[in-house]
Amino acid sequence: MKKTGIAIAIMGLGFGLMSGGVSAADMVVKLGHVGPLTGSISHLGKDNENGALLAIEEYNAKGVTIGGKTIKFEIMGEDDQADPRAGTTVAQRLVDAEVAGVVGHLNSGTTIPASRIYHQAGIPMISPSATNPKLTQQNYAGVFRTIANDVQQGGAIGKFATGTLGAKNIAIIDDRTAYGQGLADEVEKSAKATGGKIVAREFTNDKATDFMAILTKIKAQNPDVIFFGGMDAQAGPMVRQLKQLGINAKFMAGDGACSGEMLKLAGDALSGNTYCTQAGLPLDKMPGGKDFKDRYKKRFNLDVQIYAPYAYDAAAAMIEAMKVADSTSPAKYLPALKAISFQGVTGNVAFDAKGDIKEGAITVYQFKDGGWNPVP
Amino acid sequence: METLLQQIVNGLVVGSVYALVALGYTMVYGILGLINFAHGEVVMIGALTALQTLLILMGVAPDMAPLLKLAIAVLVAMPVCMILGFLMERLAYRRLRGAPRLAPLITAIGMSFLLQTLAMIIWGRNYHTFPQLISTAPMQPIPGVFVTPVQVAIVIVSALVMAGLILLVTKTRLGRAMRATAENHRVAALMGVDTNAIIALTFVIGAGLAAVAGVMFASNYGIAHYAMGFMPGLKAFTAAVLGGIGNLGGAMLGGIVLGLVEAVGAGYIETMTFGFLNSSYQDIFAFVILGIVLIFRPTGLLGERVSDRA
Repeated sequence: MKKTGIAIAIMGLGFGLMSGGVSAADMVVKLGHVGPLTGSISHLGKDNENGALLAIEEYNAKGVTIGGKTIKFEIMGEDDQADPRAGTTVAQRLVDAEVAGVVGHLNSGTTIPASRIYHQAGIPMISPSATNPKLTQQNYAGVFRTIANDVQQGGAIGKFATGTLGAKNIAIIDDRTAYGQGLADEVEKSAKATGGKIVAREFTNDKATDFMAILTKIKAQNPDVIFFGGMDAQAGPMVRQLKQLGINAKFMAGDGACSGEMLKLAGDALSGNTYCTQAGLPLDKMPGGKDFKDRYKKRFNLDVQIYAPYAYDAAAAMIEAMKVADSTSPAKYLPALKAISFQGVTGNVAFDAKGDIKEGAITVYQFKDGGWNPVP
Repeated sequence: METLLQQIVNGLVVGSVYALVALGYTMVYGILGLINFAHGEVVMIGALTALQTLLILMGVAPDMAPLLKLAIAVLVAMPVCMILGFLMERLAYRRLRGAPRLAPLITAIGMSFLLQTLAMIIWGRNYHTFPQLISTAPMQPIPGVFVTPVQVAIVIVSALVMAGLILLVTKTRLGRAMRATAENHRVAALMGVDTNAIIALTFVIGAGLAAVAGVMFASNYGIAHYAMGFMPGLKAFTAAVLGGIGNLGGAMLGGIVLGLVEAVGAGYIETMTFGFLNSSYQDIFAFVILGIVLIFRPTGLLGERVSDRA
């Protein structure tokens, strides 16, 4: 018995050495990707997945050697339907499949609950598109994002109002939701810090349609810029009511109102005085944007929607960190990921202590020629 | 000064819509003692039916005069809502007429959910743009005070409809039958009044008014969606209580007062409380006024006539 045991052990060792020899050519490492692949924003989910896929295919083609082995990366793509419950289910599935890292999810609402599952399993995750500050405020060591968060967005809006628009007096309205209020607070801070004066701070709710009373009050304060922290369903009627009250102040809103829906709801009340912001840069303005656009088009025969470059950089950040740490084990490459700094498609990819991207870009859009156009 | 005048204009416009919806609550309450919580949903169905009609009209006859289109939309929305009002009464409330008060109340809440869900299935969850066929270009009758034609239209239409309703109730045979039914429907029935028909008619008239209110609301804000009826419904119910529920004049007064209190409250609450409260307390302000009125006049501003009902 004992002899056979040893013999098996020796044989096993032999096979181990042999298979080690073989897999020097290809050791498979799985990276997870999650986004909504069904439902109304499935096109954005697929776009993210393609971004991550392009990154690993390019690294595979170049050849990555980690721990003396050539690594072949594979994507394990999951669908969270933009639903927080489905999000945690597929997160658990990825954890069970022992992926080395996760790119995703797309929405803040699905990313935040899922991040806890990855955190408990010790698997790093990088969201290419979730902007809610709460995600990184949980202080989970392995949680990152390659897109600017709403704190950075609010800061940029305040600076744009006082700087580019030259506003002295600023009025702020928010809808008392976590998003609206959070963004409005950041705008207020940043506007004050850059020399603006907050002449009115008014409130509504996310079901309201009548803003005449608060707008009349704001009008009496003669603001140069009115900022609204909230969604397009309120911002649309609000812009109409500004016009009805003869208020000529410039109107700014965050990404919640930076949509095609907003164009419809505000209709002919929109003018060049209407601005909104989106986290991230337009593709043409990214350092590697032009080239990425062509590679993406060539590989998928599709145009980039929005966040694919951020998903690309998220996947790239993980692989770069694995290269630095010389390991694909999450516990080993996580410290390297925290300290990573490299030139990605979207710009320099480096994270702060919380896991937010350091140089998160925000783009301001202005209404012009029937649509949103980036302000140069 | 312009600011105060502007707030009064804002309040009058909102108040006119509240008043029109409040009439539906108060008429039904006056006759049945039932609070028809689904009434706000009828407002929404009215707006969305009108929207659907407008979209069809724009496809079939794009050159038709805008006001004519709107008139047709209202004339489609009103009968649809009236039928809805009739069906609600016939199918849900009539069977519960002898039941304890809570049963019809809960049925009304259920009806509200049912209608909202139906509308969500038919028109989806998205916000729809409602074509603003009456101009929204601001005019300045007094320098610094902005009024739009659609706002003027809302106030005038509300006033006319309300005047018509008062005439109907006070001057016609039908009105007398309604008042008799409200006072005591058993006795009214003994006197030869077909109380079932009168009650059904009350629902139908209320629903017709709600349809008009829905179209005005949507035209003013340029927006319509499946949940739009809830808040105006709640506010109109408040207005009806404020004015004295069961009393027509009270509903109108309550609507206008509530609209004014909200607008002026939102505008001045911060100054009045030295910055302690702000406009996020806009709604609370309106309810505080309601509370104070009810402490001193438990039956509402004009509510003495219903005091014997409760």
